[in-house]
Amino acid sequence: MVASATSLGRSGLHDWIIQRVTAVVLAGYVIYLTAFIVSAGGLTFAVWQTLFAQLWFKIFSLLAVASLCFHAWIGMWIVTTDYIKPTGMRMIVQVLIILACFAFLIWGAQILWSV
Amino acid sequence: MKIKFSIYRYNPETDKKPRMQDYDLEVEEGSDMMVLEALIKLKEQDPTLTFRRSCREGVCGSDGVNMNGKNGLACITPLSAVKGSKITIRPLPGLPVIRDLVVDMAQFYRQYEKVRPYLINNEEPPARERLQSPEDRAKLDGLYECILCACCSTACPSFWWNPDKFVGPSGLLQAYRFLIDSRDTETDSRLSDLDDAYSVFRCRGIMNCVSVCPKGLNPTQAIGHIRSMLLQKGV
Repeated sequence: MVASATSLGRSGLHDWIIQRVTAVVLAGYVIYLTAFIVSAGGLTFAVWQTLFAQLWFKIFSLLAVASLCFHAWIGMWIVTTDYIKPTGMRMIVQVLIILACFAFLIWGAQILWSV
Repeated sequence: MKIKFSIYRYNPETDKKPRMQDYDLEVEEGSDMMVLEALIKLKEQDPTLTFRRSCREGVCGSDGVNMNGKNGLACITPLSAVKGSKITIRPLPGLPVIRDLVVDMAQFYRQYEKVRPYLINNEEPPARERLQSPEDRAKLDGLYECILCACCSTACPSFWWNPDKFVGPSGLLQAYRFLIDSRDTETDSRLSDLDDAYSVFRCRGIMNCVSVCPKGLNPTQAIGHIRSMLLQKGV
C-alpha cells in the first residue's frame, strides 16, 4: 500500500500512539484547569494572569495546544479519508486542516508568551 | 397469527432500482420459527424471492442477512427475537447485491486472503506433526470458530467506507488467530503487513462486530491484541 502523504505519522501505529499520548495530555490539562477554576473561588483577572505568568504553565498550555493540533490532524485525516472520496477535494480539505492546525499552534504560542 | 414481512427485492436484470416488498405469513398461535424457515415459506408463496442458505443450523454461514437493522444468521434467529411489529429483511449492508438477499462477497474474501489465513512454518517438518501445548492451543479458542458469514464486517462502518483497505473484524480475527499460533513462524512479517494506517488502525472500537457475531466471538478484543503486539515491536 502507498504510504499516505497527508497523515501525521509514518504508520498506523505511529498515528495511533501519537493520538493516545496527546489525548492523555489534553485530559490532564482539562482536569487541572477545571480543578483550578473550581478551587480558585472567585476567578479575577489577577488570579488568571498569575496562573498564566508561570513558565511551567505556559509550557503545559503550549503542550496542550500542540497536542490538540496533532490530535485534530490525525482525527480529521481519518474522517476525511472515510467520507471524502474525490481525491482533489480530499487533498484540499486535508491541506486546509493541516495549515489551520499550524496556524492555531503559532497563534497559541504568541498568546501564551504575551502574558 | 399473521406476521408481516417487508423484504428487499432487487433483480438487476429486470429492475431499475431496489424496492421493498410486503409479505404476510400465517404462523400458528404460540409457536415460533426461525427467520430462515419463514423465508422458505415465503418462497413457496413467491418463488422469485432469492436468498442463500445451506446447513440451516448456523455452521455454514450462508444466510447472513440484516433483520430489522441487525445482521445475523436467519437460520438461528427466531422470529420472536426480531423486535418490532413488522420484520424487515435486507441483504448484508455495504456489499454489492447480486439479487434480493444475495450479496457479492468478493471484497470480503479478498480481505480474508490478505491476512494469509493459513499456518506458515519454515522449519523442517517433524516426522509426525507439529505439537502444541494445551495452553498454547487454548489461545486459539474464540478465534478459530469464525465461519466467515460476514455479519461482523458488514456491520462495521469502517469496512463500509474503506472495504478495499480496512481488513475488517472478520479478517482481523483470523489474522490474530495465526499471529498467536505457537506453531506459526511468520509473526513478524504478518505484523508488518498490518502496520499501515488502514488495515488494523481504521478500527474505531465501536464494537458492532461483537454485538452481531452469531458465534459470540469478540473481534474487537482480537484487534486490541494485534495493536498490543504491534506496539511491543514498535516501541
